[in-house]
Amino acid sequence: MFTYYFNLGMRSLSRNVAITGLMILLIAVGVAGSITTYSLLSVLSADPLPLKSHQLFVAQIDNRGPNRITTGGEPDPELTFQDVVALRANHEPIGQAAIYPIYLSSVPADITIQPFAAKGYAVTADFFRMFLVPFEYGAAWSEADDDDGSNSVVIGKDLNQKLFHGGNSVGRELPLEGHVYRIAGVMKQWNPLPRFYAAADVQAFDLPPQIFLPFQRAIDSKIPTAGSTGCALNYQGKGWDDLVRSECTWISLWVELPDATGVRRYADFLLAYAEEQNANGRFNWPAYTRLRDLDQWLKYLKIVPSEARISFIVALGLLLVCTVNTIGLLLARFMRRGPDIGIRRALGASRGAIYTQYLVEAAVIGLAGGLLGVLLTVCFIGNLNLVFEGKIARTVHSDVSIMALAISLAVLVALIAAAYPVWRASRIQPAWQLKAG
Amino acid sequence: MAIPVRPILSALTRHKAGVFLVALQVALTLAIVANALFVINQRVIYISRPTGIDESNIVVVDNRWVGALTPEQAQAKTAADLAMLRQLAGVADAYADYSFPGAGPWATLWGIGLDANQKSPTTYSEAYFTDEHALNTYGVRLVAGRNFRADEVTPGSQLEQSTGGPIIITQDLAKKLFPAQSSLGKAAYVGGVPRTIIGVISDMEVPAVGTRTFAYRSVLSPIRWADLGGDQYIVHANPGQAEHLRLSLAATLYQVSRERVIDAVDGVQSFRALRNKAYSRDRGLIILLTAASIILLLATAGGIVGITVFWVDERRRQIGLRRALGAKRSDVLAHILTENFFIIFMGVLVGSLLAFAVNIALMHYLEMTRLPTMYIALGSALLLMLGQCAALTPARRAARMSPMEATRAAIV
Repeated sequence: MFTYYFNLGMRSLSRNVAITGLMILLIAVGVAGSITTYSLLSVLSADPLPLKSHQLFVAQIDNRGPNRITTGGEPDPELTFQDVVALRANHEPIGQAAIYPIYLSSVPADITIQPFAAKGYAVTADFFRMFLVPFEYGAAWSEADDDDGSNSVVIGKDLNQKLFHGGNSVGRELPLEGHVYRIAGVMKQWNPLPRFYAAADVQAFDLPPQIFLPFQRAIDSKIPTAGSTGCALNYQGKGWDDLVRSECTWISLWVELPDATGVRRYADFLLAYAEEQNANGRFNWPAYTRLRDLDQWLKYLKIVPSEARISFIVALGLLLVCTVNTIGLLLARFMRRGPDIGIRRALGASRGAIYTQYLVEAAVIGLAGGLLGVLLTVCFIGNLNLVFEGKIARTVHSDVSIMALAISLAVLVALIAAAYPVWRASRIQPAWQLKAG
Repeated sequence: MAIPVRPILSALTRHKAGVFLVALQVALTLAIVANALFVINQRVIYISRPTGIDESNIVVVDNRWVGALTPEQAQAKTAADLAMLRQLAGVADAYADYSFPGAGPWATLWGIGLDANQKSPTTYSEAYFTDEHALNTYGVRLVAGRNFRADEVTPGSQLEQSTGGPIIITQDLAKKLFPAQSSLGKAAYVGGVPRTIIGVISDMEVPAVGTRTFAYRSVLSPIRWADLGGDQYIVHANPGQAEHLRLSLAATLYQVSRERVIDAVDGVQSFRALRNKAYSRDRGLIILLTAASIILLLATAGGIVGITVFWVDERRRQIGLRRALGAKRSDVLAHILTENFFIIFMGVLVGSLLAFAVNIALMHYLEMTRLPTMYIALGSALLLMLGQCAALTPARRAARMSPMEATRAAIV
């Protein structure tokens, strides 16, 4: 029976090619637009570290007081060096990652390789464990190395490919800014997006970072931040030593807290620390601190570009209009076949049979729209860089699940669009139709 | 020619569902297209705002030093580069900064006041750290006062910089700070420190690309910038030399010293390219919304054609009868076009309200302003015209039907 309806449907569709083509094309465009923008939006607003995101928190302390103008009434997104040192003395959190972005240049010993500059971060050893960094070779430096000025460096997969052709480079030397570092580990490809851990440097969708130096070693080597430094407008400091003692903020501190009790305790600790600074006379305003988890942090930073949201809303609107359009065209098409339906009903076909027949016809349209929609989706995603900047466009890839989603959505749209026309068709009175004919 | 409105309206009530669907589609299309046109127009204005500098002749070098430099070394190396650049054939002038107008990698936000103890600043601004060559490099005009003298400019870097000294400000900032009088010689307070305004220049955009409310309130602070990691060299080419410089500057700089990295791909770029990149999101949105609007309008037109064809077909007998009873072809044509006009008009009425509703919702979720009525009028006119065009072919076909054929054809 289904095959019969399918054949009927195909025959009916081929009878009015222009209108059928229009319906299929509109469903395809509406679906492809919605799926493409949805995939983009879901990547951009994804949880970068779903296994850990509820245990990772970032600390903020207000060291500006009423003078804060640039942060919309919030404490600076980053901390001063002195605060990071003081907070790290509390060993209660399971992990503490102090982080600042660095941008280092290197003249490789191998003269066939051009001098290059690479982006990365100065981090404490906990960083790798807290953020689940996978290693291809070797491992992170030890916690002891955090403080002993170790010249260890962890490099990314791409840099290892470029310098050592992807081989095991653990123990090899890497010159950076005139110092020689020893490679302790090579990461597998690792780039959780959006980049949450140093999102304050606005590179939320950047390529994978390639260089990681021990935090204390970077400070000792006076390697400046490649991100922003928040200083008071009348900051008068001179040189590196003043900077690390100053009220300038440039370091992120992430802590891993296992449960609600831990979070409460740490929040209390943070506030108590700020109050202590107040008592010391360093701050002369009410203590103001923030402890946000990863999700709240990304929302606060407004990582998702509004353009992605607008596109998604427009695409949904397009799909809605296409659906309404399909309802109208299907209604016209089905009602036009009133006499057919009348005859079939008079010859004994039940309402259910009419229902099924026309739903199958609609589903065929949906399926065709879905297949064309998949092609269009692949084409849209492939050309996303025409509309969004490369960094963001690169984050979306067409895969099987996106294609399946496109086909399902198309069939669903067609069936929803068919519901009312099919109901009208099934209510056609055989006697009236026959008489009218 | 009098158009019989009442029969047309009563005929419409025979197709409630069809009429409703077409009107709904038109309403949704108007709601989306009016808002899309609004956003498109805003972004077009936004991306075509001038930077105020000699855009087409400026080339920017992103130079990074290799090795840990002291501030003195960085100053010496930067000075050597700039001296070489300024003597180079094809170069009008050059200077080093941490950023550049309208598309810069960084911005330094300054709150500016008129008094040392002001609670909230009179206005925000963004700073450039410049030497005496900056005005000539950007090609901005000195409107009043004078340029920095070489002896006023102090060396500075990310680690240390003077927070005092004279400043040069843009006309826009001058007007904001001192609306009624000349700002020359007056003090503007930055972080509580008084800075004497010695010059006013033609408007030049601030570094940050997203700045909207104080986009032309730039301040030039006399700092000979030499960051330890490296700087942006802003190079003003003589007319016609920019492209040649863009291709050759990296090699020329490597000849001065190899202890540097200038990215092979985007180490040297024309200012135009940098600015295009900075606005790529806005441009992308313009393309996307334009495409979506065109598709929507075409879809709606297609839908109207489809439905009208069906209605004409369904009413062949009635049309035949009317023709047989003396109606002219033009009467049939007018009937169908008028019918179409009413349906679209209903859609447009509902759509106008919907457009405002969508706008209010968007204002809530995104940074958007109130939709001017002009866009709704424009969208409505567009849809009414589109509807008439879409209905024209089926209507003509109906009008061409001979009464004989029409009455016969009704029997399927």
